[in-house]
Amino acid sequence: MKKSRRRSDFFLVITWVASIAAVATLLWIVESIITPAIPAIQKTGLSFFTSTVWDVNRDRYGAVPFLVGTALSSTIALLLALPLGVFIALFLSENFLPLPIRQTIRFVVELLAAIPSVVYGLWGIAVVIPIVRQFGGLLSDNLGFIPLFEGPATGNSTLTASLVLALMVLPTITAISRTALVSVPLTLREGSYAVGATRWETIFRVLLPTAAPGIVAATILAFGRAMGETMAVAMLIGNSPRLSWSLLSPGGTLAGLLANQFGEAHGLQVSALMYAALALVLLTLFVNMAGEAVLRRAQKSIAGVR
Amino acid sequence: MSTLRQSFLLLVFLAIQFTSPKAHAATQLQGAGATFPAPLYQRWIAEFTKSTPDIQINYQAVGSGAGIKQFTQNLVAFGASDAAMKDDEIAAVKQGVELIPATAGSIVLAYNLPGVENLKLSREAYVGIFLGKIKKWNDPAIAKANEGVKLPGTAITVCERSDGSGTTFVFTKHLSIISPEFKDQVGEGTSVTWPTGVAGKGNDGVTALIKQTPGAIGYIEYGYAVHNKIPFAALQNKSGAFVTATTASGEATLATTQFPPNLLRAWPSDPDGKEVYPIATFTWLLLYKKYDNAPVGETVKKFVNFGLTDGQKFAEELGYIPLPKEVVEKCLEALKSVQ
Repeated sequence: MKKSRRRSDFFLVITWVASIAAVATLLWIVESIITPAIPAIQKTGLSFFTSTVWDVNRDRYGAVPFLVGTALSSTIALLLALPLGVFIALFLSENFLPLPIRQTIRFVVELLAAIPSVVYGLWGIAVVIPIVRQFGGLLSDNLGFIPLFEGPATGNSTLTASLVLALMVLPTITAISRTALVSVPLTLREGSYAVGATRWETIFRVLLPTAAPGIVAATILAFGRAMGETMAVAMLIGNSPRLSWSLLSPGGTLAGLLANQFGEAHGLQVSALMYAALALVLLTLFVNMAGEAVLRRAQKSIAGVR
Repeated sequence: MSTLRQSFLLLVFLAIQFTSPKAHAATQLQGAGATFPAPLYQRWIAEFTKSTPDIQINYQAVGSGAGIKQFTQNLVAFGASDAAMKDDEIAAVKQGVELIPATAGSIVLAYNLPGVENLKLSREAYVGIFLGKIKKWNDPAIAKANEGVKLPGTAITVCERSDGSGTTFVFTKHLSIISPEFKDQVGEGTSVTWPTGVAGKGNDGVTALIKQTPGAIGYIEYGYAVHNKIPFAALQNKSGAFVTATTASGEATLATTQFPPNLLRAWPSDPDGKEVYPIATFTWLLLYKKYDNAPVGETVKKFVNFGLTDGQKFAEELGYIPLPKEVVEKCLEALKSVQ
């Protein structure tokens, strides 16, 4: 008895230490980004977020091209992955196919998350870049008047990075959306059928709205992952520090910028890169908080339905 | 409880194993720096330690900037850098710095144009391409120097470095000298903002981009182009001749270098002469003028001495330019002053 009491105290201490260590590590990371970033914050101030010129050579640091690149590539990736992911989740949560087959598909989709980032990068180089190069020219020739499709088209471009990112975040969206769909109370579905709704009416009017908070959560997590993804993006996006709204021209992301330049950086450049890291952290924090807010509001409104 | 005691004893045992001084006093040298000369340095290390088994040398190819940083912080016995060291960087090292040019290489403009061999680029053409003003391969500025060659109308994709790099430094230095417009718009430095193109990390990253992209042109070290069998252009030099990068044309370039007194730091940025290739550079080993640990200093001197003499014969097969005799002599002289 006494021994087991002592053991439970012991585990309590371990859980405490582990949680405090996690929180402390986060603070430590943020602190160790902010401290070296201070010189750049003092020098560039808010112009860091308004200037479009990143010129190491002349010690001018404006992060706008990378902020735009990060937002653009992640948004396009989500626009592609979200419908696809939700449809896969629907397919896996309904009984269109026997369970063993659905289990296999689910396993394969979730396996996409296990592929290392660098392998996605290599696959992008081998497969996606040639495709984008082939069709990019067509896009820019016909739709070039839209800034998003302005030419000239290159293989290493924001579009290429977005396509591969879409595939990378697909398992996140699918897995969480599926869980949300599966956990919709059976009574709701039965009620819908009882008033004469068809299966697809039930799916679109009842299941999806009820599972919406989960799907929103999935989207946010996916967005966070897409913004922070480094290796595959750095291999595909073309790493250009020039501001461009065209999906077909090379771009750059904050994460890619850090990976590319940090090793050889010196002086104020190191500080500016830390400032960029801080911006990336704040950006992901903001997205997560916004998502959390949406999630709570959605849950409240759903609670009324239930 | 007994398992706990056992694991504790094991820990103590391991701690002793890893911290106790080795019975035989092997000298260990750490070096770090530029990636470009790394294959040659590794070869030197392998050959040098063959005859001196009690010496271990470890060279980490972490990049020139990181090499300078580690050297300044006294973390290594020697550093290496493609861009040498700036005056303020040298001033930050209290033991003093001896810059030793160790080997050299040409920077070539490698391209991907199926069916086009022996491309010639005039100064006007290659400056225009890297400024983003010449956008198509059949531009008159390129065609003029390539009579009889059928140039396609493919768009030009300029490939450049995304990371800070000695290669970029030397190439932009050259472009800035031959074109005031380039100097004004882009300037020289290890990391510049190019007006056009896609960027890859490292010489290998740019090499991969060029290989993947039809219509690409990029600046890489001669050795990378040769090993990857990528064609590269003959460039027009100061005297107007079109010269291809070879060991001989690179040696001719290096021979034109004038070093300032007491410091072996100079770049042959725009050499004149019929046979000289326009863009070549030394890469430097960074040594302390005075080593606190005498045996380490002695070993570094022996190793560098080996590299400057016997080591030079490995340069050509690995794609580097062997140092001209006069430069080797100056280096050996400078090495003597290292203590």
